[in-house]
Amino acid sequence: MSLSTIEVDDVRHEFNSETFRDDYTFSNSPEAIARFPFPFDRDEYMYAVNIEQHMPGPPKSATEFPIDIDEHYVAEMADRARVLKEDPLRCQSLPHMLMAEWDLLDLLMTSMARDYPRWFSLERDGRKWHWINRPLGIEQRFVFGDPTTLPQGPMEYVTRQCQGDFCLLDQRDNNLWLDAGIVTSQADWSLDFDLGMNFIEWHGPVPLAHNMNIFDRALKFLMNLQQGRPVRRLNWTMTVNPRLDTSPENYHRWGIDRTTVTPENVGDKVHLRVELQALWRLPRSNAIVFSIRCYLIKMGELVTQPKWARRIHRVLRDLPPELAEYKGLTNYRAATLEWLSQYDDGAPTSPGFYPD
Amino acid sequence: MAGESFLVRVTHADPVTTSVKRLRMQAIDGKTLPPASAGSHIILTLKTPNRLLKNAYSLLPSSLDGGTYEVAVLRTEDSRGGSTFVHDALSEGSELTISTPVNLFPINRRARHHVLVAGGIGITPIAAMAEELFRDNRSFELHYCIRNEPNGAFLKDLQARYGERVHLYHSDIGERFGVAKALPQQRIDTHLYVCGPEGMIGAVLNDASALGWLQENLHAERFLSPGGGDPFDVVLRRSDIEVTVGEHESLLEAIERVGVDAPHLCRGGACGQCRCSVVEKDGIIQHRDHYLTQEEREAGDAIMTCVSRLKGQRLELDL
Ligand code: HEM
Ligand code: FES
Repeated sequence: MSLSTIEVDDVRHEFNSETFRDDYTFSNSPEAIARFPFPFDRDEYMYAVNIEQHMPGPPKSATEFPIDIDEHYVAEMADRARVLKEDPLRCQSLPHMLMAEWDLLDLLMTSMARDYPRWFSLERDGRKWHWINRPLGIEQRFVFGDPTTLPQGPMEYVTRQCQGDFCLLDQRDNNLWLDAGIVTSQADWSLDFDLGMNFIEWHGPVPLAHNMNIFDRALKFLMNLQQGRPVRRLNWTMTVNPRLDTSPENYHRWGIDRTTVTPENVGDKVHLRVELQALWRLPRSNAIVFSIRCYLIKMGELVTQPKWARRIHRVLRDLPPELAEYKGLTNYRAATLEWLSQYDDGAPTSPGFYPD
Repeated sequence: MAGESFLVRVTHADPVTTSVKRLRMQAIDGKTLPPASAGSHIILTLKTPNRLLKNAYSLLPSSLDGGTYEVAVLRTEDSRGGSTFVHDALSEGSELTISTPVNLFPINRRARHHVLVAGGIGITPIAAMAEELFRDNRSFELHYCIRNEPNGAFLKDLQARYGERVHLYHSDIGERFGVAKALPQQRIDTHLYVCGPEGMIGAVLNDASALGWLQENLHAERFLSPGGGDPFDVVLRRSDIEVTVGEHESLLEAIERVGVDAPHLCRGGACGQCRCSVVEKDGIIQHRDHYLTQEEREAGDAIMTCVSRLKGQRLELDL
């Protein structure tokens, strides 16, 4: 079912028309820059168990609502549809995860309709649900719990309409198992490869953190995660060109971009890629959902905030070599540092994430 | 780590047997209570005449939509008087505070076959599991140990709904559930869940282990050690404040209550942010975090305020 064009046109103009591949027209408005979830609260970076309660942040910030929908929504959903068309294995779910899929659909639809009533609405009459998505022009009536009443599985259906990648984790044998997910905008890891692995296994490639006991502690914490008390953390890397789909499957398409950075094009080509990751305990399945919401910002946009410009220069300069290697920065770190150094006068920076 | 809590009103209170009482609860603000997975429990805060009690009760089968919660409580001679209070003082219209559901006894959804074993009031989580498995069309059998038929809570309902899957054992005529007899050949993809009196749980788990069952295929209800503990006094040396940590609050919560801004992040003993130096103490620290190393715990000069407590009278912190 789809909505009339008039109703859709009403809200469509609130979203950017842009691409995350080929001509790369993606960019951030000044408002999007101001709300960018800058991940460094000090001038250096090292792994830590940086988990905090997923409480509402200040108005307009990326954490104002549990699920953040922004100006890139429509374009990101179009990019996801293209990725899935070329490679359906980006969305997989083992059979025992069906209940968790319904939990996820409930969480996302409920949050989106509550926090963005202009764009989404959800009416529930017992198990009969009625969903309207105005930006994408979708209307759907379905029976909650009955997969035959949706065009795709519940997880795929709802996440084709929600920004961010999602993993569903089953909890058993004192561990978390990555048994379902939709992953189309990942920082160089593969759902197809990690599916069915446990928390320690899929984190295998991460350097240093295992010896710091970071994963043991994080796992114990998550095993006790409670309903109604979601948590979040920030993760970051860098990407050359604003490409969402930096997957190992498509490495041949984007890996080469890392060799194209010159001091002249850093401001335009090099992007900070921040993942706002949130975790919720799901009520019906006792599973956990892990959302990975990706935010991109080019260096040219980032340096419009002087504090961020100074700080990212220092973080990148002093980054432990193992992390730089793991994050794939080796080829273009020097050029990026050189370009950023013009924005770092050595002045002290204030503590905390927010711009001055 | 305290979860969310709800204010509820008892909408039905009825006897299920002569010694078991069922309560149905609804949110007072009219919102629907979230659905719960089979095996979950909630904590009821009971305002008994003598003291505030926090007791955990398993939830009976919940609907996919959530909305209401039901628990069944056996009258026992427990020293704290919680079940007596539920039986004598709670009725339709009573108001209570309950926690969000927590599941420490979940169904393993990858198993091909599920063996559910209940003794007495242990039927509550087991009945929730049976209903979920039944609804999902999964293979299961239910073994229910009762004193005698009038004593078997929900017996008629279970038999009517699950038919031949239900096997009964009457203890008053000497019948016992034995793993070897009931389950002579179990496959590797079968999981067993047991809830009942401590002695019965121990016997079932021992028998199954002796018969070669894998530990990861055996599940028994265990309730989290309560978040709180005995009260103790804490002195914040730098702020020059003294406060008593109540039995139901964490050290961190008590510190925040008197307006001291103590560092924290996860509130669950994992991130390390709330680590605080201990200046003096007259007891032992109960370390409940995942952060400090064994040596650090033994040294006893640091405490994670979000989860850990003092077993003693007085703790002095560098805060
Ligand atoms: C439970 C849900 C989680 C999932 C599904 C998940 C998944 C992943 C994956 C797939 C990677 C990439 C590994 C690779 O290179 O192949 C990764 C990296 C990482 N994860 Fe997680 N993770 C989860 C939770 C956490 C938590 C709670 C922490 C807290 C400390 C954490 C810390 C990290 C770190 C530090 C990295 C390295 C990131 C980088 O340097 O770019 N993860 N995670
Ligand atoms: S707040 Fe994270 S360990 Fe206490």
